[in-house]
Amino acid sequence: MMRLLKGDRGGQIFLALLTIAAILIPFLNLATPESSPFHVSTFTVTLLGKYLAFALLALSVDLVWGYLGILSLGHGAFFALGGYAMGMYLMLQIGDRGVYGNPDLPDFMVFLNWKEIPWFWHGFDNFWFAMIMVVLVPGLLAFVFGALAFRSRVTGVYLSIITQALTYALLLAFFRNEMGFGGNNGLTDFKDILGFSLQSDNTRISLFIASAIALALGYLSCRAIVVSRLGRVAVAIRDAEDRVRFIGYRVDRVKLAIFTFSAVLAGVAGALYVPQVGIINPGEFSPLRSIELVVWVAIGGRTTLYGAVLGAFIVNYSKTYLTGVAPETWLFALGALFVFVTLYLPNGIVGLLKRKQA
Amino acid sequence: MTFFFPKNKILLILFLSLSLLFSSNSFAETTNSEPFIQALELLQSKSYQEKGRAIEQLTATKDERVQSILEAMLKARLFYTKENKVTVIGIKKEDGFSLTHILNQKDLGIVSKSNLKKIKVNNKLRGILRASIATLSLSSSDTKKRLNAVKQMYGKTNKATIDALKIHLETETNNKIRSEIETLLHINDLDSNDKETQLSAIKFLSNDLHPETKNKLVVLKDHSNKEIAAASQSALKNINEKLGFYDNVNTAFFGLSLGSVLVLAAIGLAITFGVMGVINMAHGELIMLGAYTTYVIQQLMPNYIGLSLVVAVPAAFIVSGSVGILIERLVIRHLYGRPLETLLATFGISLILQQAVRSVFSPLNRSVETPSWLSGSLEINPALSLTYNRLYIILFCLAVFTLLFLIIKKTSLGLSVQAVSQNRSMARAMGIRASRVDALTFGLGSGIAGIAGVALSQLTNVGPNLGQAYIIDSFMVVVFGGVGNLWGTLISGFTLGIANKFMEPWAGAVLAKIMVLVFIILFIQKRPRGLFPQKGRAAES
Repeated sequence: MMRLLKGDRGGQIFLALLTIAAILIPFLNLATPESSPFHVSTFTVTLLGKYLAFALLALSVDLVWGYLGILSLGHGAFFALGGYAMGMYLMLQIGDRGVYGNPDLPDFMVFLNWKEIPWFWHGFDNFWFAMIMVVLVPGLLAFVFGALAFRSRVTGVYLSIITQALTYALLLAFFRNEMGFGGNNGLTDFKDILGFSLQSDNTRISLFIASAIALALGYLSCRAIVVSRLGRVAVAIRDAEDRVRFIGYRVDRVKLAIFTFSAVLAGVAGALYVPQVGIINPGEFSPLRSIELVVWVAIGGRTTLYGAVLGAFIVNYSKTYLTGVAPETWLFALGALFVFVTLYLPNGIVGLLKRKQA
Repeated sequence: MTFFFPKNKILLILFLSLSLLFSSNSFAETTNSEPFIQALELLQSKSYQEKGRAIEQLTATKDERVQSILEAMLKARLFYTKENKVTVIGIKKEDGFSLTHILNQKDLGIVSKSNLKKIKVNNKLRGILRASIATLSLSSSDTKKRLNAVKQMYGKTNKATIDALKIHLETETNNKIRSEIETLLHINDLDSNDKETQLSAIKFLSNDLHPETKNKLVVLKDHSNKEIAAASQSALKNINEKLGFYDNVNTAFFGLSLGSVLVLAAIGLAITFGVMGVINMAHGELIMLGAYTTYVIQQLMPNYIGLSLVVAVPAAFIVSGSVGILIERLVIRHLYGRPLETLLATFGISLILQQAVRSVFSPLNRSVETPSWLSGSLEINPALSLTYNRLYIILFCLAVFTLLFLIIKKTSLGLSVQAVSQNRSMARAMGIRASRVDALTFGLGSGIAGIAGVALSQLTNVGPNLGQAYIIDSFMVVVFGGVGNLWGTLISGFTLGIANKFMEPWAGAVLAKIMVLVFIILFIQKRPRGLFPQKGRAAES
């Protein structure tokens, strides 16, 4: 681990902060009374847990955009697929506590008059099967999509646009009731996970800690890729794809490996996000969402990994704050941020900090 | 609601009886009124059959008041008073019914519902009524009215109308009306008991596309007489083939109109993205601005809806074009050669524009009125009618395309645009002011997006999200057609539109769209540079 973080001061600071937060925040929530000024409410813990999931998602985008030069405008799709896999597990845990009280079928299927559970829902009542699917489904989609796209050398803007088409097609598909994923409303009304109630403070703190651990592991694994030979080739591909190909590297395989891994990370982020916010719906597939998360990375500063995490926190915190205080201004602020960052901060906030130091 | 007090009631009865007295007196002067009065009384009968007879009798009198009576009856506005059995036309008002006397058209004031009895109609009577009204309109001097009257009669003929048609045919001079009447008469002949009449009718109708003909032939194909059955079957086969053909023509027309929408939305992008290489994610919002310009202009001139649309086209071009030039000067200029950053910055602009519109006009959809010359449809035959708004949008799309094509190919601006896009530094060396050309080109593409907005305002709701709905489609069209190729955009827009509409009947609208998207994703794998890739030096970048 030390080897991975050598020379990565930002990463060292980030992981130290993450560790402190993962220990301190649950402590402040549990050990201090609600009246204490140091008390952290469960609401805040869940909010921070959500940000951690977003940070993991931003990390996965930075890996492909910063180090491989692929601007994916469809990473929200992998996130949502992971989320849906988790949501299906949680849905089947409701049992007969739904509105219709049907022990076998989720509410929306009863509403649609379905008699039995569709084949692709089988197995999702098992937590570990669902977790395998969280990894497998986004990974497989990214693998097939990437295999096709990279082999035929679709690059740059074209690739961005077909990733957008991908998530748009999935958005339309998941909106259909016949698909069997709850249509417009998505999956919601979850009750418990692994037998623990999702409403209880302990479960929420556990989910927060799980998210922090996942983010730390995600960061370290991305770091491991970046400092490896594979990562060096990836950066070379980003800078001069044809030259790398002529030297004799299998460009498409390198791209495919990193792209698929990134999609898996996004899926895991989705699976952590869903139990904390309590809902997953097709809105997560919307192209707007995917572009928004690219902006997190751009604002934080790409090609640093910890910059992506920083960007996810800053943008999402401002979103929570601004939509609470003045909802009208949020889109103005976000739009202005896009323009400002691309024009004046090509390396994001991290770039700005580095320049100050130098 | 006011109710009649007894005193008022007496007054009313007095008034009505007086008026009846007066009217029958005055009516006695006109001749030939007996059958008319009798039929009118028969109309008050409880039996629907009697009422039907009454309608036929009324029609036969050829009295000029009959048409308005029948029309009132059809709209359930025909009443008779409970006290005196006077037939009146009543129009519902806040405090009762405003009555008009049938015989002398006198206004009888407002009367409560409780004093009236409605002359009820059922569906069968409604059919008879429509046919009778049509028969009466046959005598109109207006060709259009006569034609409509004949068309009204399909499926509603009875013995009286057939007789009327036969008589009318002898004097009718208009060929179109004649052929409609002949078709109607032959459809009637299908029910005849005479084998020869039936056979000749089947032969006559073997190319006819009216649903009534088909329905009757379906019954006749199981006729006990083998000759009739065989003739109907072959006629039916012929008709079904034709119907299938026109059905496809109709779908193709729908596809073309959807394709035109796609082309209109994408053609501006074909300039900014295709020729300049700028990925403008705010393109959809420029379309939206065009649509809102249409809305504002309609608000400014509410009395000239038809004209407002014509004014809106240049206005939208100017509004969206200037916003486009502003975007280019302030943002995009600094980002040339960095396509992914351009994508993000313009996306930010799109968010700002959306929110600006939401703040200025409210987040709700605004409705833009459709001028009268855009509504209605062009009826080619009974199986195929093309709505004017779709027809106009196809023509409009082709006009815009031609104009743009000529600008790019024939004007000096177009020549500069091509030169700059092919080799920037060489163009500059030749004295072309590249940055000015950039701004103008971007303004042109944006202005065309605004014009697309005018067209879209006639088809969909005008709201802050209008642009978002079209941006992905527009990119698909441009990428599928091949970047930097206007013809490619035109052909790909029409192809995608038609493919979409032909898949819709069996796949559903959403699934058809998903399949088109998946198809494009796969197509890009095979031909990463679209249907018509750029060749030569420009293709290298």
